[in-house]
Amino acid sequence: MKLRCAFKILQTINQNMALNLDDIKRIAHLARIEVSESEAQETLNKLSGILGLIEQMQAVDTTGIVPMSHSQDVTQRLREDVVTKTNQRELFQSIAPATQDGLYLVPRVIE
Amino acid sequence: MINSSLKQLGQQLASKQVSSVELTQAYLQRMTQLNPTINAYVTIDEDKTLAQAKAADARIATGDFGPLTGIPLAQKDIFCAKGWRTTCSSKMLETFISPYDAHVISQFDAAGAVNLGKTNMDEFAMGSSNETSYFGGVKNPWDFDRVPGGSSGGSAAAVAARLCAAATGTDTGGSIRQPASLCGFTGLKPTYGLVSRYGMIAFASSLDQAGPMAKSAEDCALMLNVMAGFDERDSTSVNREKEDYTRGLAALTGEQPLKGLRIGLPKEYFAEGLSADVAKVIETAIAEYKKLGAEIIEVSLPNNNLSIPVYYVLAPAEASSNLSRFDGVRYGHRAAEYNDLMDMYMKSRAEGFGAEVKRRILIGTYVLSAGYYDAYYLKAQQIRRLIAQDFVEAFKHCDVIMGPAAPSTAFKAGEKTSDPVAMYLEDLYTIAVNLAGLPGMSIPAGFAANSEGKSLPVGLQIIGNYFDEARMLEIGHAYQQVTDWHTRMPEGI
Repeated sequence: MKLRCAFKILQTINQNMALNLDDIKRIAHLARIEVSESEAQETLNKLSGILGLIEQMQAVDTTGIVPMSHSQDVTQRLREDVVTKTNQRELFQSIAPATQDGLYLVPRVIE
Repeated sequence: MINSSLKQLGQQLASKQVSSVELTQAYLQRMTQLNPTINAYVTIDEDKTLAQAKAADARIATGDFGPLTGIPLAQKDIFCAKGWRTTCSSKMLETFISPYDAHVISQFDAAGAVNLGKTNMDEFAMGSSNETSYFGGVKNPWDFDRVPGGSSGGSAAAVAARLCAAATGTDTGGSIRQPASLCGFTGLKPTYGLVSRYGMIAFASSLDQAGPMAKSAEDCALMLNVMAGFDERDSTSVNREKEDYTRGLAALTGEQPLKGLRIGLPKEYFAEGLSADVAKVIETAIAEYKKLGAEIIEVSLPNNNLSIPVYYVLAPAEASSNLSRFDGVRYGHRAAEYNDLMDMYMKSRAEGFGAEVKRRILIGTYVLSAGYYDAYYLKAQQIRRLIAQDFVEAFKHCDVIMGPAAPSTAFKAGEKTSDPVAMYLEDLYTIAVNLAGLPGMSIPAGFAANSEGKSLPVGLQIIGNYFDEARMLEIGHAYQQVTDWHTRMPEGI
């Protein structure tokens, strides 16, 4: 099990080394950012450079180290389940690109 | 007047030698004169500013005022301010008028401070030279061919060129300290959690922290008194008692006011990567600290070189999540033409974000995508712990850590824009501090002459233990009592 896991990570690292144009398109789609054909190659070059920098991490043995997501050992505060905010719909919608009858307008999604 | 300390300005306002309106007008006049060249501010609204100054004068007249009442400040354009255009220097928010105040803004409002305007910055705080701003770069007041550093480059230039009495900044990987070094003033990034992030447009939430940018440590202490404090609207705001950060400053007298202070010098900060002229200035500053009574101890931060790779996994990962809110639906830029909802998202985001922001969103999306999480994100969080533990170990032997804040003096505009990785190395001495969540500051420590014979400022970084800001400010203040680097102004400005 452990071996298989290590193999998988190695495989992942090898894949990372060679980011290609299809990867760029896939990532751009996930990120919801249009990347044109002409921009894709430049994006690939720059992202490959950054990933090269990031790869330095792989040389470090991190077995058994607890991941650190926050600089202090704090836990999420809880509060009473009561209304704390007032409705400011008109104010907030005044800066929206398109609204109608108090709703945000987007292109048709249901035919 | 423009070179006066906040304390001096406060005294002049309190004794009615000058009114807030007069003081504010003096700064507005300088801004009219210099901002078209320096580009420190992206939004100036004289009517709003003067209305605040008038209100401050009214408060002073009734005796209801504090140390910052009537003082004109510059606000980094990452802080939402009600009724003010708040852009984060992005096309995405070019026309965004904030419907609410950030905690930091409301704290300054309550203190009676005057908002002179919103300052330029790297787009969404992603950059180290202010060159990623949609509104154009900012000139370093010491040399107009050079960058002010970033991301808080507009606030930095505004403080250095005396276009404000003091300013706010934010620091995710060095964005207060590196520009403080490059522009020659005092900047403090507090302990993570000390200043509320509410209303501060998020970049990397586990690292972002707001702090003061001002001429001196004493000015920073007065600013921090207003900025720091618990706020339940920020889930990572730390609930602890309010402190007066100026409380120990007056007691720093005598020959050796810092007697007994142990200063740790990490050998990794003086290794390859540090330019020789900066190293020389830092060594001279350390020698001054010895005269003030401090003891110098060598320490080690063995994982420091990993801080940049770790940061460029964690910060983009958090950014890719945070910036997903910009979808062209509720606020911000929406493309003029699109075929369907997906196309609207894709085009609005492609048009609204600049190149560096897109790169970081893409990197962040990649490292969080299925199959890569363990190799990148989890691994980076594990190494983050190693980096933080290095500091825990070092602080067993010393009270503060000192070193450079930036590897070199200000570089020329355009010099590093084509190579993101070269730009990322600017933050070699600052990023680890954010990863560990520690407080760090940069104070002016002298000048280094560049190849063209121009003198450029160098900052000394002081890193403290968690919530040790008061002590750090005392240490900065003691140095500023015996040196005058912090009072120097660029010539001809």
